[in-house]
Amino acid sequence: MANQTLGMLEKALTEKRDGGRKLLVPYISGGLGDWIETIHAIIEAGADAVEVGIPFSDPIMDGPIIQEASQRALDGGITPSAILSELRRNSFAVPIAVMTYYNIVHHAGHKRFARELANSGVSGSIIPDLQLDEGGDWIMMAAENGIDNVLLAAPSTSPERLTRSAVSSRGFVYGVGLMGVTGERASLADSASEIAHRLKECTTRPVLVGVGVSNAEQAVQVSRVSDGVIVGSALVRRLLQGGGPQSAFEFISELRKGIDAII
Amino acid sequence: MSIMGAPSSSGRFGEFGGRFVPESLIPACFELEKVFTEAWSDPEFKNEYQRILRDYAGRPTPVTELQRFSDWLGVRVFLKREDLAHTGSHKINNVIGQALLTKRMGKSRIIAETGAGQHGVATATAAALLGLECVVYMGEIDIARQALNVFRMKLLGASVVSVTSGSRTLKDAINEAMREWVASVDTTHYCIGSVMGPHPYPYMVREFQRIIGDEALVQMRQILDGDVPDYVVACVGGGSNAAGTFVGFVDTRSKLIGVEPEGGAAINRGIPGVVHGSLSNLLQDDVGQVQEAHSISAGLDYPGVGPEHSYLASIGRASYATAHDSEVLEALQSLSRLEGIIPALEPAHAIAYVIREAGKTIPLGSSVLITMSGRGDKDAESVAMMLGENN
Ligand SMILES: Cc1ncc(COP(=O)(O)O)c(C=O)c1O
Repeated sequence: MANQTLGMLEKALTEKRDGGRKLLVPYISGGLGDWIETIHAIIEAGADAVEVGIPFSDPIMDGPIIQEASQRALDGGITPSAILSELRRNSFAVPIAVMTYYNIVHHAGHKRFARELANSGVSGSIIPDLQLDEGGDWIMMAAENGIDNVLLAAPSTSPERLTRSAVSSRGFVYGVGLMGVTGERASLADSASEIAHRLKECTTRPVLVGVGVSNAEQAVQVSRVSDGVIVGSALVRRLLQGGGPQSAFEFISELRKGIDAII
Repeated sequence: MSIMGAPSSSGRFGEFGGRFVPESLIPACFELEKVFTEAWSDPEFKNEYQRILRDYAGRPTPVTELQRFSDWLGVRVFLKREDLAHTGSHKINNVIGQALLTKRMGKSRIIAETGAGQHGVATATAAALLGLECVVYMGEIDIARQALNVFRMKLLGASVVSVTSGSRTLKDAINEAMREWVASVDTTHYCIGSVMGPHPYPYMVREFQRIIGDEALVQMRQILDGDVPDYVVACVGGGSNAAGTFVGFVDTRSKLIGVEPEGGAAINRGIPGVVHGSLSNLLQDDVGQVQEAHSISAGLDYPGVGPEHSYLASIGRASYATAHDSEVLEALQSLSRLEGIIPALEPAHAIAYVIREAGKTIPLGSSVLITMSGRGDKDAESVAMMLGENN
């Protein structure tokens, strides 16, 4: 694929990956506490992109930690537009992708939502309940506005479908590390390295694994196969416990150090 | 071709329906679609399904003509008696079908959400009958207001998980069941209790419930000398008893009317949106967060509705009205006193509508079939409280 067709998110991640770096993409819930400051802190600590959650009332792909973060943010009165205008008022050294559920996009309208993302400096979208089957229209509208829409590949995804998802995904391909919802796990599931391996076999796009990647050791383990990791619940738990930007900085630094040591 | 035929290959009824679920669940939806489609055209499967509904669940259920109630209203009212089916509601029809499919898929475990507890009880019953492990997700508020059904599920060997997130009612019970399904989909079938969820559920559940309408059509033609009722009325939560009833009459001249609770009227007050896997009318705020419903009836306390109802409303083939909590309570008492039939709070919505509209939008002398989707035992305690009875 010619380089100029790459969106901002994919371009940034591909260049870093090709430069020999493992990729680290933390997730944080928009609207939760000092979230903007936290984003700056995790970028400072070595994040290669940041996934910002736009809270939805019915997050069926999320476990208790991200559910609670979303609920707290919603109880505090946060709205999708409020999150996007905060993002617009700030500038960040790495690409920002938003993660939300499809009704938020559907309600705004594809065109309006894509433009709002673009105007806010967002360069990627992740919508877990909008995949290949229903995603065509949004993927196109997003692309027209310079937004890379990331598709997911799960351990249960068939080989034929996995290839199609990897082809249609933009930005990177999100390998779901286990059959389950987001949340911390005591050990890395075997399925995490397996999905990474399957994806690496069929795409040259960056392959990141998320869901159930909870600490530096697990991040290192899966990044030996994948191009990097997405870490959400483990970070958000620290924020829910009142950790603030400083604890986010420390945690992400630890992950960074871990995956940088992979040879 | 019937107006209520099969949806498109992507599961659409008109623009409504579809398959909006996390990637992890997509293969399970495809598998279910394939297995259901094969089973539903397999005479052996259909025989087994019908045999169980006949010998075990007591089908066909009768149609009862109401004498004193009809005299009172000046319209001729008939009830399709799903309250007389085993476990006390229409939910058994769907669950027997899905439990048989669970076995056909080689799965050993079945999970379900429940609001009023009727779907939970029916699922626990089918699981006991067919030797499946069963877990039911139920909102904390519903566990309190439907205590009898919680105990029945436990007696039947199911475990009941209390859901404390969000609304603590049906909506969040579905969220939790879906999350659990993502983690156990290899061994577990998610038995959705209404005509909602990702394709093929809305279609499949309607097909398993069409036995209501198919039976009722034959019964009504017999009673009315070949004619059909002027009106066919059913309550709408997710919309399964209504869809199963309507499908029998949709290609006749009968007017089809769904009755929603005032506080959960997705068709009347919602706009199209996506939750729990399909695009349909949905109560939501001005940015797309799903709103909580509020109804005295746990089985109708839901902000969404099955996609085929949005379709029927959009083409004008069915119309949808609402009933208030207070008129529902009155209807429940009227039917009990006049006919000796205590309805569940859910079908009491359909009864309330007919009481209110008889002699108005429903002309005197009309014939009306109401689907009596379930019996009132489960609600006795909370109704007693609402009526201020303390014994
Ligand atoms: C007796 C009865 N009727 C109706 C309903 C509503 O469901 P549906 O609209 O799918 O028929 C319920 C749900 O719990 C119920 O128990």
